[in-house]
Amino acid sequence: MDQLEALIESATGAIQACENGADLELIRVEYLGKKGKVTALLKELGRLSNEERPKAGARINEAKSLLQKHIGERRGALEERALADAMAAESVDVTLPGRNSEVGVLHPITRSMQRIVDIFLRLGYDVAEGPEIEDDYHNFEALNIPAHHPARAMHDTFYVDESTVLRTHTSPVQIRTMETREPPIRVICPGRVYRCDSDLTHTPMFHQVEGLVVDKNISFADLKGVVDAFLKAFFETDQAVRFRPSYFPFTEPSAEVDIRCASCAGAGCRICSHTGWLEVMGCGMVHPNVFSACGINTDTYTGFAFGMGVERLTMLRYGVTDLRLFFENDIRFLNQFVNN
Amino acid sequence: MKFSEAWLRELVKVDDDTAGLVRRLTMAGLEVDAVEPVGDFSGVIVARVQSVNAHPSAEKLKLCRVDAGQGELIQVVCGAANVVEGMRTPLATIGASLPGGARIDQTTLKGEPSFGMLCSAAELGLSDDTAGLMELPAEAPVGADLRDYLNLEDTVIDVDLTPNRADCLSISGLAREVAALYGTVCTLPQTNNIASTHDGELPVRLSADAACPHYASRVIVGVDINRPSPLWLREKLRRSGLRSIDPVVDVTNYVMLETGQPLHAFDLDTLSGGIEVRYAKDGESLTLLGGEVVELDRETLVIADNRGPLAMAGVMGGAESAVSGQTKNLFIESAHFAPVALAGTARRYGLHTDASHRFERGVDPTLPAVALERATELLMAIVGGNPGEVRIAETDGFAVPRREITLRRSRISQQLGIALESEMVTDLLRRLNIAILETTQESWLCVAPAWRFDLAIEADLIEEVARVYGYENLPVNRVGIELLQHGPREAETPLGRVKDLLVARGYSEAITYSFVDAGLQDKVNPDVPAIPVANPISHDMAVMRTSLVPGLLQTLVHNINRQQSRVRLFETGLRFIAGKPLRQENMLAAVITGTRYAENWANSREKVDFFDIKGDLEAVLGLTGASARCATASKEHAGLQPGQSAAIVDDAGRVMGYMGKLHPVLGKGLGINQSVYWFEIELAAIITGHIPEFRETTKFPGTRRDLAFFVDAAVTYRELSHIVETHAGENLHDLKVFDIYNAKHVENNRKSVGIGLTFQDNSRTLTDEEVNSAVNEVVVALKENFSAELRG
Repeated sequence: MDQLEALIESATGAIQACENGADLELIRVEYLGKKGKVTALLKELGRLSNEERPKAGARINEAKSLLQKHIGERRGALEERALADAMAAESVDVTLPGRNSEVGVLHPITRSMQRIVDIFLRLGYDVAEGPEIEDDYHNFEALNIPAHHPARAMHDTFYVDESTVLRTHTSPVQIRTMETREPPIRVICPGRVYRCDSDLTHTPMFHQVEGLVVDKNISFADLKGVVDAFLKAFFETDQAVRFRPSYFPFTEPSAEVDIRCASCAGAGCRICSHTGWLEVMGCGMVHPNVFSACGINTDTYTGFAFGMGVERLTMLRYGVTDLRLFFENDIRFLNQFVNN
Repeated sequence: MKFSEAWLRELVKVDDDTAGLVRRLTMAGLEVDAVEPVGDFSGVIVARVQSVNAHPSAEKLKLCRVDAGQGELIQVVCGAANVVEGMRTPLATIGASLPGGARIDQTTLKGEPSFGMLCSAAELGLSDDTAGLMELPAEAPVGADLRDYLNLEDTVIDVDLTPNRADCLSISGLAREVAALYGTVCTLPQTNNIASTHDGELPVRLSADAACPHYASRVIVGVDINRPSPLWLREKLRRSGLRSIDPVVDVTNYVMLETGQPLHAFDLDTLSGGIEVRYAKDGESLTLLGGEVVELDRETLVIADNRGPLAMAGVMGGAESAVSGQTKNLFIESAHFAPVALAGTARRYGLHTDASHRFERGVDPTLPAVALERATELLMAIVGGNPGEVRIAETDGFAVPRREITLRRSRISQQLGIALESEMVTDLLRRLNIAILETTQESWLCVAPAWRFDLAIEADLIEEVARVYGYENLPVNRVGIELLQHGPREAETPLGRVKDLLVARGYSEAITYSFVDAGLQDKVNPDVPAIPVANPISHDMAVMRTSLVPGLLQTLVHNINRQQSRVRLFETGLRFIAGKPLRQENMLAAVITGTRYAENWANSREKVDFFDIKGDLEAVLGLTGASARCATASKEHAGLQPGQSAAIVDDAGRVMGYMGKLHPVLGKGLGINQSVYWFEIELAAIITGHIPEFRETTKFPGTRRDLAFFVDAAVTYRELSHIVETHAGENLHDLKVFDIYNAKHVENNRKSVGIGLTFQDNSRTLTDEEVNSAVNEVVVALKENFSAELRG
């Protein structure tokens, strides 16, 4: 029995010194296994007197649980360390860029179109679309622009054949809408339009958004309200807006809409040709001839229409200085239209 | 249309300055495109060249003794070829300022002093003529200020007229319009009928009916075409954008500018037989004034004599019948051509002239005889001659159209949204010369003046009323549109787009309960006080979530248990943190496990790692515009494995979220035997970015240099890139890390890093030396800060 203290001491030492789970198991077997050193002591108990036996048995069992506890603790510690080692081995430089993080970007024209459409959707407008190869009737005649009308000179038209054109504006969608729907009508018509013109400030294709409202008791006051609110919403500022008389064959009264030049605050600069104002839209009350062409009673109904150039609004919104950039689609240009 | 403000003010007196007038015109639909001073100079006087002598040391220069009206003659050095003794020409005196801001000082030219500068018209901005000194008439008073002499206290106003306002294509029309806008009267030039002094005439036949229903003409014999047009006439033409050609053309142009009626003068002696206005016949051609020969088609209206076409009616005259230096006798045409007859002609032939511009849009049919008398009066004053009688040819039944229009009171308010007083309406109409025949309770019966082709229906009159009343004075109805003020801001990315992005990257959206198991939550997100629900539906839904991660982990376990080894989920919603005040914050969280790509023949079977979840989060930040203000910092979190655990921090170091690998002990506890990665971030901190601002892209090529070096494994990319960016100079355009070669094979716990630097400038191509020196700066800084060793 005198060996017991020495056994505990050597076992404890071995456990503490043990560096891995497998060795620890060997140590357990060596001392606590069926043929283990501590187990062997139990077998010798028979040789002891009846008085000595219980006392010695208790001591051996105590030693056994002590060693078991040591082994358990050691095993826990080794496992913890193994986990820590494994995690340490796996650690990464978290500041390195992530994988595949690029996002693409919508074309700035689309970005503006979506914003314009969203604003009008919130005012209860529907979106209407129409063909881009359009017949002369919808593009001109029904819009009160008969052949030889001087206003045709305002449109440099691409022809497909004698009576078919690439639409010069989104206004034909007004006609198509009125032909197929009964008032009340409240639509916007975004889309591509074409003019036979190409220079610093003109591209042969560009984008417009047209709006049309037809109902009883729609007046110029309503038009002013909608256009004013739209421009304030689009530019996200309490934008000064003015309406000045103009001429479009399909509206009367007609107006051009100007906003205060942001770069000079109205003082006059190169950008606004020293007028302090920038022209952004055209609009007016629907001309009675247009209503008549669409079979809408001109005494019962009134309405207004407006149209805007999306490129122009986009240039003003983001400070783009060259119209032609929109159609070069240079990635370095397009990538600027993110919120970063 | 360009016009002289002073000329306008001769016809209509308004108590308003130029800026006010311009604004009024623009706001009445006559948009002013430009306002330019007529002479943008000062200190220039009329001088007489007394003598011209050779310059002693410069062959092309001359020494002029000039009388500037100051008693003493002054010396001016001059290089103009046309300088001659006795000529009167402008002298820019010392201190004068010329267009473009140039100032005249006393100078010495090749050793000779010059006390001023003799000027060409171009140098004074008075014409494009750079040929020589501007020659002034012999009666020009020496010493007079040129501005006074030429009446240059004037501006040229350029109005962009809409096609409906042809009536304003003359100074008289503009004066009428201005009078209407200011509620005053205008005084148009009076024309006197000039008696004939002989009975010379040419028979005129109108064979094109409606196209030309009215044709006035007159023969003037014995003119002296070599007399110059007077200065006042040339100045008015110039300020209206027309060049002086010869006195006859100048007069016809002047009358067109004054009245709006285009006229054409033929050399009478070139004409054969009578005049016929007819459509061209097959095979006919015409040599135009400029010498170009055009083949005429049958839709082209021509003025012809017995031999054939002389002129394209209302567009351009022919060369053969044109007035020339030898012309003695004139045949003047002043006709009315219908817009429909001329529409398209000018375009078809590519000829856009002042005449066609007016006829296409419509000219007052009462004008031909009036304009002809006015032209006669001026011609006789300038080139002399004896006028014949004014002959008028007219088609049967021709009458000046009379347009009666009923304007309903109710329609005004229906269209304009304002009930105008009757007196206001009648006043506005009268100012526009719209006659009121009859007034009732409900309406007015009106007649439009002859020159207003554009007024035909009620809507036209309503527009006129609105226009003169002022669009800015009309009411604005804002009912129902106030809500636009509270819309989403452009800088803020709609949450829907963030979700769409994650969906497009293969994530599915989860919706988990807001109340979670307290035990799991404590393990994932310990030390964050949760709010217990007083009457939970069950014990594992007893507390409000402090993080979206526990819910996503449970969802993950559910799916893994159903044989889904590749799972990608995200959720948005509030987290709830107890305290005063209670915090309820919108979060975005995501969790991924399994292979990087869905199983497919073309895809690799690699498992996702830390940089996959990071890439996805960076994509979100890139979309919303938060990348620039978000940095990643190594930071431990109870729910994340140390070494693959990071915080997303803002510029101030505030933690906005976490990302990394799920702690393996937690995973084991949930029964997950594969690597799981998650992130969670405050939405409010990332959802707002910037409105794009255009920057010009550089047209100059970039130069890329790659560097590979060893540093201690512990050095982070963030530390490295910071040093590179601060030392590479302002031309560093892009920095990319293209290679990290780690640990085992590299000795001493070092790693190899490869970076690519792109240098670019907006204004030029960078030289090799510049790029080398920038790269060198970087290398030195990397050595100093990280003991970096460049690899060979």
